[in-house]
Amino acid sequence: MTNSTQHLVMPMTIEEIARITNSRILCGEDVHPRITRAFASDLMSDVLTLETDHTLLITGLANVQALRTAEMSDISCILFARNKRVTEDMVRLARENEMVIMQTSYSVFYTSGLLYEAGIKPIF
Amino acid sequence: MEYDYEIQGGDFSSAGFASSHLKKILKQIGIEPKLIKRIVIALYEAEVNIVAHAYEGRIHVEIEPGQIRLEIQDRGPGIEDIEQAMEDGYSTASEEVREMGFGAGMGLSNIKNNSDDLEITSTVNEGTELTIIKKFK
Repeated sequence: MTNSTQHLVMPMTIEEIARITNSRILCGEDVHPRITRAFASDLMSDVLTLETDHTLLITGLANVQALRTAEMSDISCILFARNKRVTEDMVRLARENEMVIMQTSYSVFYTSGLLYEAGIKPIF
Repeated sequence: MEYDYEIQGGDFSSAGFASSHLKKILKQIGIEPKLIKRIVIALYEAEVNIVAHAYEGRIHVEIEPGQIRLEIQDRGPGIEDIEQAMEDGYSTASEEVREMGFGAGMGLSNIKNNSDDLEITSTVNEGTELTIIKKFK
């Protein structure tokens, strides 16, 4: 008999992610994405090559293009690390596309480590 | 159905406007989400290329029964060696473009990966033209 539970990934809510990474939720409280995997990158070109769904993007690149990249990639949740400033334009774009924006003072490495420990899976 | 967009070179804040608009249209007409993602990623990469490299560009979209055709034309420096530009990691992007999260030399190959057919023609000091075709099945 194979142990299928070994591969079962429990989806995490944004509230759980916010609690674990000490993040503020800036918008999208009513979106409720189910997060199972995360990808950390400041290079949007790499994000645009991903083929997975239900992915959380952890990045230190805070600009409108990070939002656009997420929009095209069907990523509904972005966590900005290193306390990067999130502008009103970014929040407006996220609201328009039903996306969650979170912000933490922790580094990308620390944020990723905490979420990995809590059961969020890598894409590769 | 046909749609046209104009893009200004260097205007990073507007890159993604056409792809975003097209995404909403494709959703409305019931195209499969995984297919939409491929189409809009190809178009978004092309938009970023215009903003990053050209002076201005035009996008013409034709949604036909069974496929979508994206024609992207820019006025700009052109591409000297298309084969080299298609290679992963080759880039002539400025520092500013890299700071925006792009310019890693992955755009054209990602467009190719997300399309069924990609044609590129370019004239140095004039501009570049891309035709992308993606079938709906």
